[in-house]
Amino acid sequence: MTWQEWFFTVLALIGLGAGARLVTAKNVVHAALYLVVTLAMVGAVYLLLGAEFVAWVQVLIYVGAIVVLLLFGLMLTRAPIGREALDNQQRVLAGIVAVGIIVGLVFLIDGAFRGERIDTAAATTTAETGSSIFTTFVMPFEVVSFLLLAALIGAVVLARKEDPE
Amino acid sequence: MIRLPLVLFFSAGLFGIGVYGVLARRNAVLVLMSIELMLNAVNLNLVAFSQYLQDVALSGQIFALFVITVAAAEVGIGLAIVILIFRNRETVNVDEIDLLRW
Amino acid sequence: MIENAWIIPLIPLASFFLITFFGKREPARGAGIGILSTGTAFLLGLITFFEQVGGEGEAVVRSWRWFEIGGLHLEIGTNIDGLAAVMLVVVTTVSLLVHIYSLGYMRGDRRFTWFYAVLSLFTGAMLNLVVASNLFQLLVGWELVGVCSYLLIGHWWEEKENSSAAMKAFITTRIGDIPFTFGIIALTIFAGFTASIPEISHMVEEGQISSGLLTVAALLLFGGAIGKSAQFPLHVWLPDAMAGPTPVSALIHAATMVVAGVYLVGRMLTVFVHATPGALTFVAVIAAITMVIAALLAAVQDDIKRVLAYSTVSQLAYMMAALGLGEAGLTPGIFHMFTHAFFKALLFLAAGSIIHAVHSNNMSEMGGLRRHLPWTYRTFLIGAIALAGIPPLAGFWSKDEIITAAYTTQNYGLWIAALFTAALTAFYMTRAVLLTFHGEYRGTAHPHESPPVMVAPLAILAGLSVVVGFVNAPGIGWFGDWVHFGEEAHHAAFSFFNAGISLLVAGISILIGYRLYSTYRARDPLRAFGPLYTFVERKYFLDDIYMKGIIRPIQYPIARVVNWTNTYILDGTVNAFGWIARKLGTATEIVDRRVVDGAVNKVAVTAGWTGGLLRYIQSGNVQRYAIILFAGVAILAVVFTRV
Repeated sequence: MTWQEWFFTVLALIGLGAGARLVTAKNVVHAALYLVVTLAMVGAVYLLLGAEFVAWVQVLIYVGAIVVLLLFGLMLTRAPIGREALDNQQRVLAGIVAVGIIVGLVFLIDGAFRGERIDTAAATTTAETGSSIFTTFVMPFEVVSFLLLAALIGAVVLARKEDPE
Repeated sequence: MIRLPLVLFFSAGLFGIGVYGVLARRNAVLVLMSIELMLNAVNLNLVAFSQYLQDVALSGQIFALFVITVAAAEVGIGLAIVILIFRNRETVNVDEIDLLRW
Repeated sequence: MIENAWIIPLIPLASFFLITFFGKREPARGAGIGILSTGTAFLLGLITFFEQVGGEGEAVVRSWRWFEIGGLHLEIGTNIDGLAAVMLVVVTTVSLLVHIYSLGYMRGDRRFTWFYAVLSLFTGAMLNLVVASNLFQLLVGWELVGVCSYLLIGHWWEEKENSSAAMKAFITTRIGDIPFTFGIIALTIFAGFTASIPEISHMVEEGQISSGLLTVAALLLFGGAIGKSAQFPLHVWLPDAMAGPTPVSALIHAATMVVAGVYLVGRMLTVFVHATPGALTFVAVIAAITMVIAALLAAVQDDIKRVLAYSTVSQLAYMMAALGLGEAGLTPGIFHMFTHAFFKALLFLAAGSIIHAVHSNNMSEMGGLRRHLPWTYRTFLIGAIALAGIPPLAGFWSKDEIITAAYTTQNYGLWIAALFTAALTAFYMTRAVLLTFHGEYRGTAHPHESPPVMVAPLAILAGLSVVVGFVNAPGIGWFGDWVHFGEEAHHAAFSFFNAGISLLVAGISILIGYRLYSTYRARDPLRAFGPLYTFVERKYFLDDIYMKGIIRPIQYPIARVVNWTNTYILDGTVNAFGWIARKLGTATEIVDRRVVDGAVNKVAVTAGWTGGLLRYIQSGNVQRYAIILFAGVAILAVVFTRV
């Protein structure tokens, strides 16, 4: 167990814990804040793995924009702030399914990748990431920007108020 | 040196939690949050494998970037829809929106 | 003309159709067409006759293909020899005279046009019969004249007895036609599937058919002759046939149709001659019986037409008897037919004239008519003398020749019968003349002479009755040249012995008749014979035997059984099938409704029911769907990675 693994384990546990609280919180705003924690932990793990650019984008976009967006959504829809049943009837069944998925995946991973190691010595720089985007993946990049444009317009169109005339 | 399975366990755990959230939460926004959790688990997988395989083109990382972008777009649209539903139905509890039932 | 003799029957046949369709529009209402066609046929027949007798005496045959069935080739055509030529003349002459006579007799009749139409049809059919070269063609003519006889006897069918008489005539002759048809078929088969008369005659003469077979054929053929020519035991229809109009009686039942049987035997005489002697003997016996019993019957009748009818039967028997003598008898027999046609037709037409005048058939209501109907009296008298066989009139020569032939062929039984019949003939004719024309008038009508259109034919026939005898008088006659059997012409033999005996016999009978009837007695003197008289008067109870013994059993019990069988068994079977079909239909309907339709409906119901259950899956709850989705994916993932 190297010190990276120790670090990683801590981050992971925090992340898992926050995630678990996210799905069980009785207060929606608390849930949103737990989401922030989880996303931050995941960003830290990216750094640890040596993906710098992705880590910063994660923090910037996810934590910065998306969570804020979610909070706005909660506010606009008068999300109940207070103790109320936020879980539905099929909790137990959902739990079973989730646990089943986790167990299945764990077995799968263990069977396939036991003993494999990631070499974290070579961190990838932003320059490498950028050049990769704009050479190998320039086409998807353009398409994605188009997608964002469409989503932007779509969201505006969907959510605007009807004209009284 | 980080053992790969550990990272993958973390991602699996996040994914499972996200599934539970999607299935068990009543508030639509909370469901969206759980979906973000699942997407993050997937991103983690992608980046981990990209680093493990020492990919020259950094495909995993680039893919993860695209996922983040699309997730953002999706949340935007999703919230717009939630707001519309709220306007029509006065509620955002997904189990109260069952117009397409028998 | 002789080559084209086939036209002669066709002219009256065409006239039948013309009169039927156009007769009413013709100024003479059909009679004009009829007289014209018969006259034409008469002329053509005369021409043919002179051509035939003026020629070499060979028969002229022309035929066309008619039917071919299997191995049987039937032909239709003409066979004109002396016999046929003579018949042509007889038929057309009498038919023409009857046509003219009927203008007066049938004037104003309810079915005048139809009468002439059927007369034409009859004439055409009879002519076809006499010229036929093929047995089946002859049969066609034979049957057709039977039909015409039926139609004409029943001309006034509104009275029941007329239609009954017509039926009796037709059915009785039909009974004779059964063996006749079998005879034709048998003969055709025996001769190797040919029905051509010249061919068959030739084969018979060559001896190619055994005499046993020929006997069978001959006897069967004779059956038809018995029926058609009213010989015993099928003679019963002819007296009743007098219910028809008198011109019909003259034409059909005296001169032409009834001689068809005689003609047939004459035509097929080779068959009879080459058969075993039994055939000819049979013919002679039947003829002998018939001539005597008919003559007796003629002597006890009150109805003048019946006297003449029985007389006809008796004279036909004379002709048949002559033929029964074999080769020697053909010429005498046909000669007698020739002469008889004329004076019998004359007698009938004269009787018609009488009946027309006094409106009654019964001699008991007549008397003294020689003053009222002088011409009718004279012509009737001539006819009577001819019939009685007094020289130099025709009947003497022909009757005498038969008697002589019987004597010379040593058929003494026949000879006796013929003489006895001759006596009776003279007797009853004397009786008829005296009762009708002499004494005082006993009736209630106002008798007057008939119009010229009726008297003229009488005069013509009377003249013929006087002269035709000389056609075959011994020494000067040529009849034997025309009609003869075999190669040699038969010349009339004259025997003073036979002539003397027959004259003697006739003379005595006339005297007896004169004694008995010159003064009228209400009770017929013959009744002195007591039960014998009754026996004859009742026609030997033959009619009763036929009615009770044959007709009644068929009519009632047998018909009833047949009817029952038909109704219950035959109809029952058909109805049963119908009932089965109906039940099957109902069953099928039920099956179709319950089973087939039911199955289809059940399927639909099941589909609906299943759908009704399945729809509960759609809860509208998205998370419910999602959980199923995730669970499913997880399971599939496990399955794919493990398996």
